[in-house]
Amino acid sequence: MKSDDKSIKWVEEPPLGLAGRSYVPLLVGGITTTLKHLAGPKMTVESPEQRHAIVDPLGYRGVHRLNRDAQGRVKCVACFLCATACPAHCIDIVAAESPWPDREKYPESFTIDELRCIFCGMCEEACPVDAIELTSLYDLSGKSREEMIFDKAKLLSVYDQTKDAEPMRSAQADRATDSACPDSGERGEEPI
Amino acid sequence: MYLVIESLIKIGVIIGGLMGAAAYLVLVERRVAAWIQDRRGPNRVGIPLTEIRLFGLGQPIADGVKFIFKEEFVPGHVDRLLYVAAPMVMFVAATVLFAAIPFGTVDLGIAGWAPINLVVVPGLDVGIIYIVAVSSIAVYGVLLGSWASNNKYAFFGGVRSAAQLISYEIPLGVAILGVVLASGSLRLEAIVEAQAETGVWNVLTQPLGFLVFLVASFAESGRLPFDLAESEQELVGGFHTEYSGIKLMMYLVAEYLHMIAGSFLIVLLFLGGWHFWGLTGDGPVAGIGVALVRIAVFLAKVLAVILFFMIARWSWPRFRFDQLMGLAWKVMLPLGLVNLVGVAVWIEYLRAPLAVSGLPERLVMAAAGWLLLGVAWLAAMAAAPSARDNRPDLSLVARYRDSREAR
Ligand code: SF4
Ligand code: SF4
Repeated sequence: MKSDDKSIKWVEEPPLGLAGRSYVPLLVGGITTTLKHLAGPKMTVESPEQRHAIVDPLGYRGVHRLNRDAQGRVKCVACFLCATACPAHCIDIVAAESPWPDREKYPESFTIDELRCIFCGMCEEACPVDAIELTSLYDLSGKSREEMIFDKAKLLSVYDQTKDAEPMRSAQADRATDSACPDSGERGEEPI
Repeated sequence: MYLVIESLIKIGVIIGGLMGAAAYLVLVERRVAAWIQDRRGPNRVGIPLTEIRLFGLGQPIADGVKFIFKEEFVPGHVDRLLYVAAPMVMFVAATVLFAAIPFGTVDLGIAGWAPINLVVVPGLDVGIIYIVAVSSIAVYGVLLGSWASNNKYAFFGGVRSAAQLISYEIPLGVAILGVVLASGSLRLEAIVEAQAETGVWNVLTQPLGFLVFLVASFAESGRLPFDLAESEQELVGGFHTEYSGIKLMMYLVAEYLHMIAGSFLIVLLFLGGWHFWGLTGDGPVAGIGVALVRIAVFLAKVLAVILFFMIARWSWPRFRFDQLMGLAWKVMLPLGLVNLVGVAVWIEYLRAPLAVSGLPERLVMAAAGWLLLGVAWLAAMAAAPSARDNRPDLSLVARYRDSREAR
């Protein structure tokens, strides 16, 4: 764009008063703000000794967990809705016939590539049985790429780690499904 | 022979002290900056391989090691010779400055030993001129580096920096002249002693000169609000955009040394050097104990000025380039000249009648100085335009375009 273009709108600078021209109020204002902050309280959280206070853990989108039902089995029914919804295509599920009578399928393997995940929470929204949830853990890390591809066992262990601090979002609904199939009690050596 | 050993010891102490001071001042600056931004700053690095943290005192060592082991990438399009030489020029110029900074004179009290003048070059009659001359060599470092980098951002930074340094050298010199005139000597020792003897620092008698000198030395050291030469938002890194590794460190340390040198000069010329009322005595030569107190007082003052530099960095926004130049030529230079003329008139015409009349000379001079500051400031205020029209001159633009089209 040329500098004499007709579409350029030139804004008039507001004229300075005598005080503004003397620089004094500006100099004083600048340095008082600085000094106030110099002595003021600090925002830093000294991680890892201190941890961030997460205001609403249920609303936070941290690392995933796979929930267990009342019998300690994985709740997932391998419907693939989460994998379909995932915009980053980072959920990989291998479904198999369920060893339990209350559902048809279960995930034989369930992996999430946490490095590809964008923590959008779509999987959580999509899941019809609230089997996958995002926890408030924000600092789960690994030393290699492979380590950050979480498998089913890892995701279930995240559940074990966080279940007391963060109850399942659908605790109510959960009780309802459990009472609906009262005969799901026999637990053999099936895989979880 | 003794002189050689003495000089070598002094040089060693000064260089060692300076490098250590520069490293730790970077830490201080980072901590202060963090505090001002409601953070805590680097407080983790302590003794390696242990858990001991020591408030982050290990950070400068870690920084230095990192700089040394970083890959030193030389872009293919640079002018090799100048590219390598430029940081060295800047670094050497910034270091040799400190040869003329006097810390006072100490009498060891051993018979047969002359009092030792705590300065690398004792009795340099043109001390202040030497410092101003050497510090302006920095322009070459900046300009050579930016030219050799063959990069437009670096070149912009270099040109800006050269214009800025040269412009501000004039108010700087004029402010120094006022001090030199008042104390009647170019020797830094004499300037300090003149302030110590009367107990009235030059900042009290020449506040206008102090103001001009302060602003000019901010600009000379290229720090905010005058860091146009390396304003990251506009110029990537300014003149050192293409530098990395140890060469970059030399540039950064040299800039730091410039700030330290500026602080030393402010203290020497205007804030009484090693003198403090009732603490350091006021004679030129001191015993060991008093000399140590003097050094401590001197360094404390310098540190205070440096802290002011650091705090100022986060207080005031950067000037625009035309404002920067306007400030140098239209405000600071006239103010400096007013101060200079005031001091000259004082010495030539007013001192003698005042001595006869029996009024306290220094008090009257201080009052006159502050009055001058007030009047000059008011005048500058009234003369400043209340708004600036930043539009390009459209007739010029049109003419330029016509001439291009004609070609
Ligand atoms: S949070 Fe989003 S990106 Fe991550 S697994 Fe769930 S749907 Fe995919
Ligand atoms: S949406 Fe829920 S139930 Fe379906 S596959 Fe994903 S985690 Fe399993």
